[in-house]
Amino acid sequence: MSKQDLVSIVPLFILTSAAILILFSIAVKRNHKVIYGITTFSLLADIIFLAIAEGPVTWTVEPLFVFDGFGKFNFGLILVTALALTMLSYAYFEQREERKEEYYILLILATLGAGTLTISKHFIPLFLGLEILSVSLYSMIAYLRTRERSDEGGIKYLIIAAFSSAFMLFGMALIYYTTGSMEFEAIGQYLSSLPELPIIMIAGFGFVVVGIGFKLGIVPFHMWTADVYEGAPLPVTSFIATVSKGGVVTLLVRFYTQVNGYQYDSLVVTFTVLVIASMFVGNFLALRQQNVKRLLAYSSIAHLGYILVAFIAGGPLGIEAVSFYLVAYFITTVGSFGILTYLSDKDRDAELLDDFRGLFWRRPWTATSFSAMLLSLAGIPLTAGFVGKFYIVAAGVNGNIWLLVIMLVVNSAIGLFYYIRIIAIMCEKQAVETSSTLKPSVYLISGFSVAALTVALLWVGVFPEGLIALIRSLLNP
Amino acid sequence: MILPGFIVLLMMGGILAWIASQKSLVLTRWISLLTVALNFLGALVVWLRQPETSSSWLLDYSIPWIPQFGISFHLALDGLSLLMLLLTFFLGSISVLISWKEIQNRVGLYHFCLLWVLAGITGVFLAMDLFLFFFFWEVMLIPMFFLIIIWGHENSRYAAFKFFIFTQASGLLMLVAILGLYFVNGNQTGIYTFDYFQLLSANLPSDIAMWLMLGFLAAFAVKLPVVPFHTWLPDAHSQAPTAGSLILAGLLLKTGAYGLLRFVVPLFRDQAIAIAPWAMAIGVFGIIYGAILAFSQTDLKRLVAYTSVSHMGFIMLGVFSFNELATQGVVMQMITHGISTGALFILAGFIYERIHTRDITRMGGFWKSMPFLGTCGLVFAMASLGLPGLGNFVAEFLTLVGAWQATHTLTIIATLGLVAATIYSLRILQKVFYGTQAPSTVLVDLSFRERLVMIVLVVSILWLGLFPQPMLNTSQPAVKAIIEASDHSRASAYKPPTQPKLVIKRKGGSYE
Repeated sequence: MSKQDLVSIVPLFILTSAAILILFSIAVKRNHKVIYGITTFSLLADIIFLAIAEGPVTWTVEPLFVFDGFGKFNFGLILVTALALTMLSYAYFEQREERKEEYYILLILATLGAGTLTISKHFIPLFLGLEILSVSLYSMIAYLRTRERSDEGGIKYLIIAAFSSAFMLFGMALIYYTTGSMEFEAIGQYLSSLPELPIIMIAGFGFVVVGIGFKLGIVPFHMWTADVYEGAPLPVTSFIATVSKGGVVTLLVRFYTQVNGYQYDSLVVTFTVLVIASMFVGNFLALRQQNVKRLLAYSSIAHLGYILVAFIAGGPLGIEAVSFYLVAYFITTVGSFGILTYLSDKDRDAELLDDFRGLFWRRPWTATSFSAMLLSLAGIPLTAGFVGKFYIVAAGVNGNIWLLVIMLVVNSAIGLFYYIRIIAIMCEKQAVETSSTLKPSVYLISGFSVAALTVALLWVGVFPEGLIALIRSLLNP
Repeated sequence: MILPGFIVLLMMGGILAWIASQKSLVLTRWISLLTVALNFLGALVVWLRQPETSSSWLLDYSIPWIPQFGISFHLALDGLSLLMLLLTFFLGSISVLISWKEIQNRVGLYHFCLLWVLAGITGVFLAMDLFLFFFFWEVMLIPMFFLIIIWGHENSRYAAFKFFIFTQASGLLMLVAILGLYFVNGNQTGIYTFDYFQLLSANLPSDIAMWLMLGFLAAFAVKLPVVPFHTWLPDAHSQAPTAGSLILAGLLLKTGAYGLLRFVVPLFRDQAIAIAPWAMAIGVFGIIYGAILAFSQTDLKRLVAYTSVSHMGFIMLGVFSFNELATQGVVMQMITHGISTGALFILAGFIYERIHTRDITRMGGFWKSMPFLGTCGLVFAMASLGLPGLGNFVAEFLTLVGAWQATHTLTIIATLGLVAATIYSLRILQKVFYGTQAPSTVLVDLSFRERLVMIVLVVSILWLGLFPQPMLNTSQPAVKAIIEASDHSRASAYKPPTQPKLVIKRKGGSYE
């Protein structure tokens, strides 16, 4: 192992050692503030290291990892998101009676798992990353175990994730059986020497797609999404929606491009069907929801569909669009769940539509931020979501996948309805205060994080050229 | 610098008005009035001292915005845009004035939304970069949505949703078409740009161009609205607050007409000619259909909304006649309809403030108690039916004369629309101002502020009817350029402002 190899995997080391450090620190004394500080500090250190570490643009640690621009960008994105979630978690868990400290270990480990996914070029780190992520998530989802729906969510996720891992393992085994390799590139090379895909390979790919589909929560593997989103504590919900899905999307893109998936019609057709189904099912199910967490869960299914449109379009523009949309989607999702966190009190989460009635007149700034987030999800100009959607449509038009582009447009129109419905409810007259009205305590750090996310949202929406330049410089060095 | 200045001033004014509402509501109202008035003065100055240029473009402003995609912040002004800006700021000032008493809650937010709608509309009329155009096209929707939903009438939520989803969905189709144009042009020339002037010379394969044009047409047809896509309009117009209705009818519909003239005709010349018979037929159908529906309404604002559908049919008819007379008529129609229909909505708002209903069956005999309001009602009902001497007559006459050169049958049917307009306009007068008054109501005639608004509107519609020439002169170079772009080789006439223009004299078609 060369020196450069070691330097490259330092980001993984930092996370691992942070988890161990927190473990020891809890053994000495439980202190929420200290643990929170360690988490924030180590994530920050990791981000800074990733940003300033010098070295070749692309470096592979044979045979497991590849540190290229795409991987580094998404790794960084995951770390920044995890940092934002840590900020939001503090106030949320501080209000609750349960022991809070172990949560941060799980958060860091889950981040490590998702990060590993973004840089793996081999089935072994892929599976390891996936399992680290899933196992941490099982306990994170059920973390507030006295609450009624959290163990339901946890167990549901446990069973489904275990199930999908099994599928994935079987798929990998089939691929390994045919190609004799677990490295993505070697698989691609082997396949390109064949005239057509052997049946057993199609089965293998199929099983892997099933596994990935479960993780992404795309139709028809979406059944867990709404229940898990609803049952999990809010910061965890937004972790699942962003970091966990983002890691898997990155992995999918890398795997698919390296095995040259674009040249196999059967794969492209499969994904097209899945994507169209995701967009329609997600949007239609979101239309009638009365619970904002469930609504955002279904909307996230649709958004994964949008991201995959750019993924199917492929090419440099498609990959750029995926990266850009991930950023926009992360800001927006963390922001909107952050606002829910901000409005929750110690008894329950702010999740019913009634909790938002008249919010504009009670808390104008919060409501304005939330409207901005929702408009971004809907893809309205001045927000990051608009530029992201524009990017995806551009990639789609450039890739000549007109069917998907039209479906995307139709779905954006459907999606509008439920986003503006929330805004309309926030504009309504204020409801009479009852015993169930939320009385959140105000934490400066949450307010600050939400404000920062809103500013980022608008900044990327109005001046996207900086982010585009960054993505381009990393993706096409 | 003055072009971005218009937009920035409105946006800043909106924020300032919102902040000021913490201190004093009167201050908020004055700030927004002054902001719009200042813009109006600015546009007036540009109009009176028209810069000397050799092309049809008067002013131009461009800085790069997202260079990676070839997107620039490119604004430009020609006669058509200038007239539209004057209309925007004129009606904008009026809309602040009529909200003075009507809006009593959340005044700061209201004026913020109002000014941002105006900023979006201004951007639409100036943007010469297709991405920027789309950007502004969408920016004007959100504040309008809030205007309808927060300050609207009893069923405002339904109306606001319908308005937003209709316009947004059609806008997305336009986005796809814009991107299609961008990539087709980029693949051919190697220059990927959203710049309007460069895309004008794009050489499109005809089958693709047809689809792209339909994408643009979808957005403009919904906004205009063309008949099968008009159903959002009666709801939105009748549920919006008075100023909202005024802006919807006076300005938002005009962005659709403007889009047709600025983008569909010059960019997709052959395809526009190919669908012209259909488009004109739909326009004529809209004239008759809108008039019949207007006649059968009992809700005053809904009635006026359907007259808009009818009047906008003339725009479809005129735009797709492809000659200078008809196109000048369209431009006049955009201005006069904005003023006359806007005035009718304001009158409906004044009546609503007094008797709290829009139901015509509960009105009657208002002339006796409110002679001033009645007189104004008479003037604008006459304008709406196209009485000579008032602006609408000039517009519809020019459109019909121009359309006659393109199609005889359709023009004859469209002329029947004027008869229908007479019927519904007289019905308004008869039901609202004549007849017997319900004895219990005590009505106060217009206040000084209301009279001022009405007098200004009456004077301007008279002026447009008696002396339309200044308007026509201003729009003529732009209209000519648009027609020539769709008539001859497009590159020759419709050039960006920095390049010298090759003037092509046409035989006939001059009415000066």
